[in-house]
Formats: sequence, structure tokens, C-alpha cells
Amino acid sequence: MILDAKIPAGPLAEKWSKHKFNLKLVNPANKRKYNVIVVGTGLAGASAAASLAELGYNVKAFCFQDSPRRAHSIAAQGGINAAKNYRNDGDSVYRLFYDTIKGGDYRAREGNVYRLAEVSVNIIDQCVAQGVPFAREYGGLLDNRSFGGAQVSRTFYARGQTGQQLLLGAYSALNRQIHEGKVKMYTRTEMLDVVVADGKAQGIVTRNLTTGEIETHSGHAVLLCTGGYGNVFYLSTNAMGCNVTAAWRAHKRGAFFGNPCYTQIHPTCIPVSGDHQSKLTLMSESLRNDGRVWAPKTPELAQKLRKGEIKVSDLKEDDRDYFLERKYPSFGNLVPRDVASRNAKEAVDEGKGVGASGVAVFLDFAESIARLGEDTVRAKYGNLFDMYLQITDENPYKVPMRIYPAVHYTMGGLWVDYNLMTTVPGLYALGECNFSDHGANRLGASALMQGLADGYFVIPYTIGDYLAGIGPKPIDEKHPAFAQTKKDVEDRIAKLLALKGTKTVDEYHRELGHIMWEYCGMARTEEGLKKAKGMIQELRADFWKNAIVLGANEEFNMSLEKAGRVADFLELGELMVDDALMRKESCGGHFRVESQTEEGEALRDDDNFAFAAAWEYKGDNVPEVLNKEELVFENVKLTQRSYK
Amino acid sequence: MSNGNMNLTLKVWRQPNAQTPGKMVTYKAENISPDMSFLEMLDVVNESLIHKGEDPIHFDHDCREGICGMCSLYINGQPHGPKRAITTCQLHMRSFHDGQTITIEPWRAAAFPVVKDLAVDRSAFDRIQQAGGYISVNTGGVPDANEIAISKVIADEAFNSATCIGCGACVAACKNASAMLFVSAKVSQFALLPQGQPERYNRVQAMVAQMDAEGFGNCTNTGACEAECPKEISLTNIGRMNNDYLSAKLFREQHVHES
Amino acid sequence: MSDFKQTFNSSLGKKLIMALTGLFLCTFIIVHLGGNLLLFNNDNGYSFNAYANFLTHFPPIEVIAYILYICILVHALYALILTVKNRKARPIAYAASNNSPATWSSKNMGLLGSVLFLFIVIHMGDFWFKYKYTDSVTFKEYRTNLITGATTSADYTPEYKEFEHSVSNEGNMEVVRVKNLYATVSKSFSQPWYVALYVIAMGALSFHLLHGFQSAFRTVGWIHRKYTPIVEFIGTWFFAVIIPLGFAAMPIFYYIKSIAK
Repeated sequence: MILDAKIPAGPLAEKWSKHKFNLKLVNPANKRKYNVIVVGTGLAGASAAASLAELGYNVKAFCFQDSPRRAHSIAAQGGINAAKNYRNDGDSVYRLFYDTIKGGDYRAREGNVYRLAEVSVNIIDQCVAQGVPFAREYGGLLDNRSFGGAQVSRTFYARGQTGQQLLLGAYSALNRQIHEGKVKMYTRTEMLDVVVADGKAQGIVTRNLTTGEIETHSGHAVLLCTGGYGNVFYLSTNAMGCNVTAAWRAHKRGAFFGNPCYTQIHPTCIPVSGDHQSKLTLMSESLRNDGRVWAPKTPELAQKLRKGEIKVSDLKEDDRDYFLERKYPSFGNLVPRDVASRNAKEAVDEGKGVGASGVAVFLDFAESIARLGEDTVRAKYGNLFDMYLQITDENPYKVPMRIYPAVHYTMGGLWVDYNLMTTVPGLYALGECNFSDHGANRLGASALMQGLADGYFVIPYTIGDYLAGIGPKPIDEKHPAFAQTKKDVEDRIAKLLALKGTKTVDEYHRELGHIMWEYCGMARTEEGLKKAKGMIQELRADFWKNAIVLGANEEFNMSLEKAGRVADFLELGELMVDDALMRKESCGGHFRVESQTEEGEALRDDDNFAFAAAWEYKGDNVPEVLNKEELVFENVKLTQRSYK
Repeated sequence: MSNGNMNLTLKVWRQPNAQTPGKMVTYKAENISPDMSFLEMLDVVNESLIHKGEDPIHFDHDCREGICGMCSLYINGQPHGPKRAITTCQLHMRSFHDGQTITIEPWRAAAFPVVKDLAVDRSAFDRIQQAGGYISVNTGGVPDANEIAISKVIADEAFNSATCIGCGACVAACKNASAMLFVSAKVSQFALLPQGQPERYNRVQAMVAQMDAEGFGNCTNTGACEAECPKEISLTNIGRMNNDYLSAKLFREQHVHES
Repeated sequence: MSDFKQTFNSSLGKKLIMALTGLFLCTFIIVHLGGNLLLFNNDNGYSFNAYANFLTHFPPIEVIAYILYICILVHALYALILTVKNRKARPIAYAASNNSPATWSSKNMGLLGSVLFLFIVIHMGDFWFKYKYTDSVTFKEYRTNLITGATTSADYTPEYKEFEHSVSNEGNMEVVRVKNLYATVSKSFSQPWYVALYVIAMGALSFHLLHGFQSAFRTVGWIHRKYTPIVEFIGTWFFAVIIPLGFAAMPIFYYIKSIAK
């Protein structure tokens, strides 16, 4: 199948303006005749639902949490980028575009990324008007900071909880539309399938998580704003409820899955403390500005340390390997996320890991404390040090922090065209749920930007074009596709509830996570990936035989919810492995050990892999088909990264 | 690694659904590492229940890093347990000792009916915000962000109010099950900012009316809410809201607009 | 529903009523304590009796007195209404006892208020009611030499039943005949149980105001970074310490005096 990304022709800076003009409009009087379904109420979903309702469409919004305000966008700490150039430091829409394309290791579309940079400025205006309390300077104007190694200060922030403040802004806009009666909100409701009738997305099937009621909802368009799938790794910085089910169900109904193997692994997370661990906590990257990353020089020393035979303070300078400073003299501890992560993994793989589990390296502030004084360090990082102390019971002012990378964002997602439409007409994907703007690696403070750009400023324009095309005729809920899809969902639930084996769903999830982390994590090899594929297939087969799922459908049933989600992860995992196997190059968050420079850096293969992979589902246990969308670079020159 | 691990007795509220009465049930939590979070301890108990074919203990949780506001347990007589300024998911088992009995209950309030076991329905909070917890601006057509200068002091104060995560610990802690801290934090955030001024007095009236309709109790300024709030929202917000409300009701000529 | 009705039916409106009546009662007890200090005057009760007489016979004061009684009743009634509503807001109690940090007084305003209400009933029954509506209070006659200023006192028996008070001049002597509440007071306070009742009630008053005074300001919305600490200071030291101590000092003083006799 030929994938048409529908990127408008013409100069980069004019593409979006021209495109907006060329899109069909829906007559204001007709808007109320259209129903739009929005699944997920994070930044993308809440902003889209509110904006579409403001335009006059009838919106039904769904979230599995008890309130739309709890979507995981809320956990973003750092900030949101916007090319406002309030600092007069040389920022521009073009520079933000360029940084994002380059940061994504040239695996994103120029057109999309430029549009993202372009509307970034409107997002800040919108949020301020909603009452989002961004940090300000004494003069009363907005404060900015430099983030994630950017050369300009373009990040707007609200202390350490920018995500929550932006989400509360979008949530308040959503609340206003609920009050106006333009949005009907369904909480504690999970989408379990998309209804595709006559080749178009016309509705969804949901389960009420409290009563178990299975319902169908019809709409002229369906928007999936359901976030990323990092929880396929079991342990990640995602919320416990984050899952791939909505996106995966859509995939099985015809939406192609883009670049599933692109995952971002964040280097400074608090390490796993035991098998009981349920999630990982991220600490701001800024810690690497003053902390030095090291591991004991030899596995023997590391082992003694792990066993408690020696203490950290017993290790002399000569016994310590500041591996980032050693390998990357010019960037040192500030190398990009993927490089820092990979090197920590290497140290651990060599047996030099620290902590009881041996799966961690040190992030040491002793030198900074000696140089700057404890008070200065406290002023800069006090809240992070407190958080670390609370979780680990170790005082980072006295002993080095232990850190280890953790999965944190997935750049891959449903393939969408420039209008954010998937390969199923009428089915859209917004925010982390789609694959579009970050290429193979996402820059810091860009996730919030993309979610809100899609919801506030892209979909309100692009959806009109589709809706005007299909006309305001009511959706026929009598269409057999509705009853059939509902039955499919019910059958699947019945199948899950019939599982009365010996292993809990969490045990399967944990095992899947181990496989994914080991073979499809920070460093991937052909051999490992092939092994992983087999392991996942076996695990999946075992799941459908030996899992335990308790209770009934007609109740609040955590076991059942989890079972459905893990079953989907067990399928997605294999596709991620397939994608990673197919992409024999290294790029961004995807590191194929076979493809590296002499310096050990990710080596892209632009001749063969400058495309976005869009996988097409062909049926259970049938290999998925790879479709390629060639990436065309007319404005930027592709270069190789080096941090030596 | 069994050194330092604990055995605990849990007394947990079990209730199959809103319609069926519930009761306290005793469970053993064995070999619990002090490094576990409280919710991870419950995960362990649940895994063992599932293995025995028993219904796991249902509780609300999501982000497990103290920001989504979904977790909500009343632990030994305190919402979010014995430590200050954290949520249940940030509470670690090292705050308890071997052999301890831990009582775990849902938030108790008429306005927060139990959904199942320890999970309660907090949609009353959503409805209060739907009544007026917003600034009525449409997407697009807003002024440049820097056209509105806001003093840093005001911005910081508004931020302090805005940090509320809507968990409901204030209601759970209050002897009157009052929602005043929550509502006042939301009212304050907008009342402090210049963007919130045009609707300031309508907003407070609409939100208080909804709060009353939900059946929360009355504030008696005991301060338990402030002490238990994981985000340390200040009691000052309540005074601020009272002022705005009474001023709106007694001295302003405008009415709440009905829509 | 009219605006006012709606306002005062709201939770905040009811609280406003509690706060305003409470604050009015606070101002009253200052006046009351001021008057009571006259009991410490060593003048055989002349100034105190004259003051008691003034309070019960000066018409504007009488109006205020009725407002005061209404305030007490409204304050108690609304407390009851709010308490019932608060109970309804948590129909199922917690199994574990509440360990949330909050002051004892703030959590027990209802109990403290009930003690105070009971006290007020006894107190008013014993003094105000007896003074105004019964014959159990005797009369006293004070003769003041207007030249020397010296005052002498003697018991007085009214010539007719309806007699309330009189002021007349006999040459250089001013003759004041009033009810001798002072005697009733000193007699009452010679009984240990009565003194104990007063001291306990004043303890309750102290804790009630410790929370109540500053809470009322918060309820009315008078909070300010600069002034709220002052309000809290006044609430603590003046209303919760000085005033209850001042009130409690009288029964103790008279009790000691009665033993000393």
C-alpha cells in the first residue's frame, strides 16, 4: 500500500497556512449535527475535546481514570517548549523545528515538525489565558529556562509540575464544555474496540469499569488520545494504568502502527529495589549538570560493595571509573539521554553495577558539594534530593545517588498523515498515541508541546475537512458492524474470564517486561531480538492457557482490566521486536549493536532506512506487513552526531 | 533478601459495590520489604489473594509518583498515612514496624460513595469544577502571553493554590467531611490571577452552590485538611474564598448567571 | 428564593451567622467582664449594684440585651443545625480513630459550646432571672455625703412590692436604694460546688474562644498576611487567657473571702 502523508507542497514555512486554507470548512449551523468521540483526556484529548466542543461539535469524551484530570500528562515535570524568543537569544520557529528534527535523529517529517514549532507559540498564549500559573520573573513577565541541553532558553515551566498545570488548564476548558452540555464525559470507562463500518471509523465499544456494562457509542469521527505504550516494559515511568489497548485495537481494525520500536529511555531514574517494584520514578535530567556518573573500576570492587564488605567511601579516586567523562571528554556527564543510558547499561553488564541488585551506577555530588557548598546544591536540587531520600532512605548529600535508566516515552504509535488521520478514515490519533513528530528520539519539554498542539491547534482544522466530506447524516447504529464489534469485545472478555490457570496476569506482564528490557531495550542485537520474538510468542501462548483471571464482567474487576491490557502488550511486544529487527540501523532511541561508529555511537543508515515504518495487521499469528513512508528532507542536511 | 523484612496484620475495608454493605476483613502481609511503597505492599497481598482464588483488594491508584491524585487510602486514622506532604503511593513501608496492625479504610464521606473496597467515587469534585472552575476563553484569539504581566508574588501564590491534586484527603481528614480546602484552592487560583477577574464573583457562587449540593459538611477551621494535604495547600485559601463568596452574595449586584 | 435567604441557607452563610453572633458575644463578654470588675471594689457592692441596676433599667441597654439573648440562641441553634448536617456528611464513621493533627479545642467546639450553654442557663437563672423576676434579691440603701464623699450602707426593705430602685437627695446626702445583687453574688460564691461550676465553665470558655475567635475571622474572610497573626494573638491571649481568668477570679476571690470571714 502506498502511504500518502498528505504533506502540502510548497515552502516549509507556508505549508500549514496554505493547508489550513485548502481544508474544507463545516458550516457553523451544521456543526451540531456531528458527533465526535474523543478517547483519553490527557493534554491531547482534553484540549481536543474542549476545542471541538467550542466549535460546536457534540463531543463524547472517555477516560479510564475516575476523573479526566488524572491522565498521565499530569506527571510531566520539566516544561514545555515554545519558540517565543522572549529571551532574545536567537530562538525562532525555524530553530525549534531544526532542533526537533535533529534531536529526532532525522526520522520525523519536516512538515509536521515545522507545524509543531509554528503553533508552539499559540499554546503558551492559550494556557496563560486559561490561568495556567507559569513561572514568572519579578517584572511580571514569563520566565524561561534552557532544558535538555538546548542552546536557547525556550522552556516555559510551572515549578516541577508543568504537566499538571497544563493538564488542569485543558481540563478546565473541558469542564466548561461539559457544563455547557457540549461534552458528555464518561469516566471509569475503557475503550475496548473501534467500530469500523463501510471502511470508516464510526464508533467505539466501551466497558464501564464499575459495572462492566459493554456499550457502543457512535460518532462521525473517533480521536484516540490514549498516550504511549511504555508499560510494555512492565517497569517504566508511566502510570500503572497506561496501556496500548485502544491503539492496539485500532491497529487490528486497520490503523497502521508507526515505528513501534522507538522508545525513549531516560538515564536518571531511581533504580529498581526489588521484584515487588511496580513503577519507576524519574528525576530531572538537570542532576547531571552537577552530578558525576561513575561505577567501580572493576567487577571485583563492585561485588564487594554490593555485598557490603566495603563502603563507597572506601573506594579511592583510582578505584572509580567516571566513564562518561572518560569516554566523552568534551560533553562528559552531559551527553544525550540515549548515550548516557547505554553507557550505564554497559557498566552494569560488565558486572560493575552497584546497589543491592547490582543494576545501578552512581551519580555523585560530593565534588559539587565540596565546590559549591551543600546549601547551593540544596537550593538547586533540594526537592529531587528529598524525593530520592524518601524513596531509597539514603541521603544523597552523604552518599552518592544510585541511578539507572528507565523507559519513559514511546515515539512510535499509530501512523497518521499530516491531518493526524490514521489509515482508517475518520480515525485520528493525537499526542503520544501517534508516531508523528519526534522521529526516533524526543527532546525534553516537547511531549507537552505536541499533545497540546495536536489538540488545540491542529485537529480543530483538519477534522473539519473530513467531516465536511462525509456530511452530517446521522450515523446508523443499526449497521451490523456495531453489533459485531460489540460481540467481539464480549467474546474476548468471556475468553479472558475463562482463564483459570496458575499464574497471575502481573506475573506475565513482569516476564514480558524482562524480555523487552533485556532484548529490545537500550541495546538491541539481531540475535537477541530473534530470541525475544520466540520468547514472547511462547509467553503469549502460555498466557492464554495458564493465566488466572478472577471474578465476573459485571463488577469492578481489576484482574479482568489488567488481563485485557497485558494480552495486548503481549502482541505489541512482538511487533516492537519485529520493527527493531527490521531496522538494521541505529537511530535515536533505537540502538542496534551491529550499527555503530568506531566511537561506539549510533550509526544511521540514511540510504536504506530514511523511512517511517508503518506496520499493517493481517490477522492473528500472521506476520504483519511493513509499509514504508519515505522521509523527504528538503530543508535540513542529515548529519552524524558526535559527543567526543 | 529477607533481612529486615516485616510481617504485618492488615484490617481492610471490603465492600463489593456501592449497594452492598461492607465490613473490615483481616489479612496477613508477610515478608514485606521496608523498601516497598505502601501500594506495592498491597500489590503483594493481592497477588497472594489471586493465587488463592480470592478477589483482590480494589483500590484507586495510577501514577504512583504523587501527582495524579488517584490514590486515596485512610491509613491508621490518617489520609495518605502517617507522613506529611505525601500521597499513599509515596509512603514507604519503612514508616511501619514489624508486627504492626494497619487499618486501611476508604475516604468516608456521603459525597464520596464507595465504588468497591477502598475505591470511592470522587466525581463530586469534577462537578464542582464544572460548575465554574474555569476561565471562559475559547481556543485561539487570546492575547500574547506576555501582554498580561502578573507580579511574581501573585503568580507564586496562585501556583500554591493550583498545586492541589484533587485527591480528597482534605475531605477524608475533616471531621465534618468538608470540601472547603479543595474548593477554595480552585477558587483562589483564579481569584488571584488577573485572567480570572471577570468571572471571579460568579465563579465562587456557582462552585460553592455545587459544593453544598453535593452534601459535603461545613468547615469549622480545624486545619486537619491543611495538615493532611499532600501538597500542603494553605488554610488561607478558605478565608480567601469566604471573603469572595460573602462579598459576592452581600455586596455585589451581579447574580450567578444560569446557563 | 430571595438572595438573602439563599445566602443564609448556604453552608458559608450559616457559618457567617455563627461567626457574627460569636463575635458579638465576644464583644459582650468584654463589657460583662468590665462590669464584673466592680465586684472587686471594696465599697460594700455600691458600684456593682448601681451598675447592675443601670444594665437592667437603661432602655438602650435593654434592647442590646435582647439582641444578646437572641445571639446566644441563634449561635446555639445554628451550631446544632450545622452539627447535624456535618454528621450527615459522613454517614459511616471510620473504624480507626482520627489521628489527623488538629487542635483539641477546634475538634470539640460543640462539646465546649454545650458546656457554656448549660452554664449560661444556670448563670442567668441564678442572677438575671432572680434579679428581674423574683423577690429573692434583697435591697440595699447607700447614703453618700456629697461633701465628704463618704458612703455608708444599710439594708433596706421596700415600702411597696413593685419597688425597683430610687435615687433621692436628703440635704447633703444622696440616697440610692437598689437591689443588692452583690449580696446574692457573694452568697453564691461561698459554695464550693458553685465556684467549681464557674471555674469549669470558664475553662470551657477559654478553649471555645481559643479556636472560636480566630476561626470567626477566617469564616468572615478577614484574613491577611499581616493582620491575621494579630487576630490570633488577641484570640489566644486576650480571649482565651485574660478574659476567662478575669471571670474565674471573681468566684475564687469571693470564696476565699467567705472562708476568711
